[in-house]
Amino acid sequence: MATRFDAIMARRGEIMLNALGMDYSVFEQSPIAFDYEGMMAAHGYSLDDIVAIQTRAGVGNTPLLELRNLTDVVRSMSAPGKGARIFVKDEAANMAGAFKDRRASVSIHVAKEKGYEGVIAATSGNYGAAVSSQAARYGLKCIIVQETFDSRHIGQPEIVEKSRICEAFGAEVIQLTVGPELFFHMVELLDQTGYFAASLYSSFGVSGIETLGLEIAKEMTALTGAPPTHCVITHAGGGNTTGTARGLKRAGAGDTQIISASVDLSGLHMASDNDFNRKSFTTGHTGFGVPFATWPDRADVPRNAARSLRYIDRYLTVTQGEVFYITEAMSKIEGLERGPAGNTAMTAAVSLARDLPRDNTVVVQETEYTGAGKHHWAQLNFAREMGVEVRRGDPKDNAPGKVIVIPERPEQIQAKDFDVARMRTSYVRNALKNAPDGYAPTAADIVFLAADTNSDAAAVEAIIAALKEA
Amino acid sequence: MTDATHCQAGDWVEVERVLLEPADRSTNLPPETAEKPLRMWIKGFAQAAGALGDAMTIETMTGRLVEGALSAINPGYFHTFGNPIPELAHVGVDLRARLADYHASEADAGTPAAGSAPKGGA
Repeated sequence: MATRFDAIMARRGEIMLNALGMDYSVFEQSPIAFDYEGMMAAHGYSLDDIVAIQTRAGVGNTPLLELRNLTDVVRSMSAPGKGARIFVKDEAANMAGAFKDRRASVSIHVAKEKGYEGVIAATSGNYGAAVSSQAARYGLKCIIVQETFDSRHIGQPEIVEKSRICEAFGAEVIQLTVGPELFFHMVELLDQTGYFAASLYSSFGVSGIETLGLEIAKEMTALTGAPPTHCVITHAGGGNTTGTARGLKRAGAGDTQIISASVDLSGLHMASDNDFNRKSFTTGHTGFGVPFATWPDRADVPRNAARSLRYIDRYLTVTQGEVFYITEAMSKIEGLERGPAGNTAMTAAVSLARDLPRDNTVVVQETEYTGAGKHHWAQLNFAREMGVEVRRGDPKDNAPGKVIVIPERPEQIQAKDFDVARMRTSYVRNALKNAPDGYAPTAADIVFLAADTNSDAAAVEAIIAALKEA
Repeated sequence: MTDATHCQAGDWVEVERVLLEPADRSTNLPPETAEKPLRMWIKGFAQAAGALGDAMTIETMTGRLVEGALSAINPGYFHTFGNPIPELAHVGVDLRARLADYHASEADAGTPAAGSAPKGGA
């Protein structure tokens, strides 16, 4: 007999069609290819329209700050002539405390326009706060489905805080134990309520982030005479990278290097009841970053608008201890106390800027709010309670879930390059695996795969040939 | 009356229920997760008086009626910052000293540091 899980998942396509306010099937071109730019443009909003929606919603236009002391720390340990200037876009200044407000604002605007009574999102992150806040402003009902606790009913303080803030904005928060079935419950609720699915991965959400790239290009040009040479982006599901990079390009900053950055959580299983409370990070980590970059269409929409491999020039990883060190440093030398997950890119930027010429400019494109629970001290105290060792030392000895090593000196902060070529190969393998058995990619499919991996047809054909041999 | 273990109709409470028994869960789970039920907690206004553990219907913030076992009455938030982290205590002190040294060496070399104060005009 089919379980409740199977029964709902079998009807998922029909339920989501009603809940997304958009028919994705019109963009499909083959079992592999679809019209990405067509899908992104289908909502009909220009970038100016989105700026207007966000201005009305109280979102965006956050301060761009130069971090002179952090730059000098970098220069104090750089070779002569090295040490790029570091800037940050203080996205914590958004109403619900993160860049996620940009993402939520367009979705909630669409939900209101289309006459939905409420919205639902499945998220344990800042996006929940953003959706709840925007829903409150638009007078819509709101349900946030969260993966909050392990089976002992213990939650990471950061996620417990996110439950609180969503409830503060009047949302109904559904707290669940560990498991990917939160998406099952979201689909069940969409069916029951007829609400709008405010997916993180819709074109509405990702288009909303483009204004961040636009503001960075404009503000850096006003401040330094040119767009940034590098933009460093905390990377989880890929929307932040995708939207920011698209916005930079649309603002004429196509030469800005796009650097994604994640906290290395290798060795921890994302659906494990044991590992859940030993991650010390709830987002911005490789547990989301790698799977979503190498197969974006694993999300709650038929086609994911967040396709980060299209835009990534480099993908850097940093350790948990390095991020906590930089989060503490930001408070002490820049007077900027912000949440740890948002400082993932900041940590990578410190390592990156050290090797770049002094006249280069590195923009870290977000911060996130901090507070009780959502603070590096809270996370480290909790890690200790969960049996994770916290000590000072060489961050090379950091082992996710076992030991968090706080660097002794800033010189020890060394981001690692994750092999983007290998990610492209994984992506192509996944695209072939998800096509029907025996399906042979056409010339048009090769062109799509090349665009979707920011490479060329010859490179994709070489990957396919190598996969066949293996 | 309302106390730590009893609620009245209309009180803000939390209920708990099992959403999926282990047998009904996704098949693609590590064993330590697969062997446990998927549990859910949700808050709302009690529809009747009851004691902790009693079956209870609540009305949630969106107006949905949800059934579960009463798990908390007027549930609060108790997450904190916690104690200072001794392993981080050196960070601010070290970096401020490093900046002072760096600014002094740059001043000696005649190259203005990014963080040095702009020179005041007449």
